[in-house]
Amino acid sequence: MLALENYLVLSAILFSIGTIGVLTRRNAIVIFMCVEMMLNAVNLTLVAFSRYLGNIDGQVFVFFIMTVAAAEAAVGLALMIAFYKNRESIDVEDINMMKL
Amino acid sequence: METIAMPAVNIASIMPECILSVVAMVLLLVNVFVPGKDKGYLGWLSIVGLAVTAASVVSGWGAPQMGFGGAVMQDNFAIFFKVIFLISAGLAILISDRYMVQEDCNQGELYPLILFSTVGMMLMASGTDLMVIFLGLEVLSVSLYVLAGWNRENIKSNEAGLKYFLLGAFSTGFLLYGMALTYGATGTTKLAGIQNHVMATPAIAANPIFVVGMLLIAVGFSFKIAAAPFHMWTPDVYEGAPTPMTAFMSAGPKAAGFAAFLRVMIFAFPMLGHNLTELLWILAVLTMTVGNIIALSQDNIKRMLAYSSIAHAGYALVGFTALNREGIAGILFYMLSYAFMNIGAFAVIVLVGKKGEKNGTVQDFAGLGYKKPVLAVLFSVFLFSLAGMPPTAGFIGKFYLFSAAIKSGYTGLAIIGVLNSAASVYYYLRVMVFMYMKDAQEDFEWAGVTAPIALCLLVTVVATLVMGVVPGTILELAQKAVQF
Repeated sequence: MLALENYLVLSAILFSIGTIGVLTRRNAIVIFMCVEMMLNAVNLTLVAFSRYLGNIDGQVFVFFIMTVAAAEAAVGLALMIAFYKNRESIDVEDINMMKL
Repeated sequence: METIAMPAVNIASIMPECILSVVAMVLLLVNVFVPGKDKGYLGWLSIVGLAVTAASVVSGWGAPQMGFGGAVMQDNFAIFFKVIFLISAGLAILISDRYMVQEDCNQGELYPLILFSTVGMMLMASGTDLMVIFLGLEVLSVSLYVLAGWNRENIKSNEAGLKYFLLGAFSTGFLLYGMALTYGATGTTKLAGIQNHVMATPAIAANPIFVVGMLLIAVGFSFKIAAAPFHMWTPDVYEGAPTPMTAFMSAGPKAAGFAAFLRVMIFAFPMLGHNLTELLWILAVLTMTVGNIIALSQDNIKRMLAYSSIAHAGYALVGFTALNREGIAGILFYMLSYAFMNIGAFAVIVLVGKKGEKNGTVQDFAGLGYKKPVLAVLFSVFLFSLAGMPPTAGFIGKFYLFSAAIKSGYTGLAIIGVLNSAASVYYYLRVMVFMYMKDAQEDFEWAGVTAPIALCLLVTVVATLVMGVVPGTILELAQKAVQF
């Protein structure tokens, strides 16, 4: 059995990869996938802690996060389609109608 | 591993949320089964639903209800915030119909979505478990992403929705990671449990997992209340979103962010008071200054009010930094008065605006004082209040927040706040200069005022003035809402 630290380090790495992806990628869908990765890193943290503490709250929390992520995906992809219909692109460089 | 024990359910603690959710779902069905293009009646039905919910909320005043094993707590603090949310939802609904008809995006789902996001806000205010706060935040946010991108044909609205969604989801990631680490460090997601744990083991303040968790939670909430340096999404989203939804977003969700932020920080992290206030001090100064300085150079009124709303979050953070009873009561009072004055200002913008979000710059308001004197006077009242001049609600609110800061020994912070407030007068008065001292460039086309907008303007202007002249009762209620 692996120690708690291994899981925490792995989820911290996953969270960082997701964050860097959000900041550097240009395609809105890829950015959204990076956000999902951040959420799943959180899920891993919660499950690891839940197992370590012998307390089920963390696992319940994971179910809520998964449900909410699904709802968010439905809304987010719909917004991307609406944007694509008007701009024929989902590159975030094209989200530029409003500037200082 | 323990078995899952069913917690004590107390429906009374979530009664208002239940009522409003049912109303929203019924309205969704009504919208489907009643034919016709006119959806204004759904707005009135929503107002009735909000009024019933408000009655249910207010009836709980003074009698705190705890439910679901301590996950939900409807105390005076939550009730005061819930009233703010219900009022801002009602006022935003009043100005929606005219705008949506004008912009040709009058789908009836608008009203249930506003109600659902209000339910989310209410859950955030009464949540005393990190899980409930997260769920409330998401119910609020997911509805708001749709509302920001409501005008599908308008590219600016598309951009607002998409930007709000991407940055909102990103910030949720930080908030959740913070919650997960806090859970790991304390072994519970209940705020009361976290508080007990922190009290029992003071050494936890040096535990990196706990400290990082707390910081990430603070970052997540700062995104939601649009505090600098996490405010980058605000101007674009506020400018692009349909005007009534901008009004709603700037009043309700911001107050909800403060409600949850206050609860988590004050209830769960009492031991970190000192470190926390230093952080909040920096956040407050940055937020006020950034918001006001950039607002100075804005020509688009919605964008200007977006930066001004960042600055107003900064003023509220001054009260948060003070962390005393007056400061918190000041935030409650300020959020209520901000809902009135800001939505009132947006109602005027809706009236002056033309199809395709035209007529939205300061220059378009030129000569309004002579063509529509009543409208110009109303707008001036709201702008005076936003600038914090007596005898309006904005003055009393700021006075209270800054005096709370002085009472806690943050004189420097109060001075920075007053200086900021003085700087903000420039861009509010600039609009008035255009209204009263410049000639209109072209003939002003007037589409006429509708009954709901007239009602909204009446309510907001009366509330702004009454809260400015006789604030006693509401301040007293705000004080009673802070019982810790």
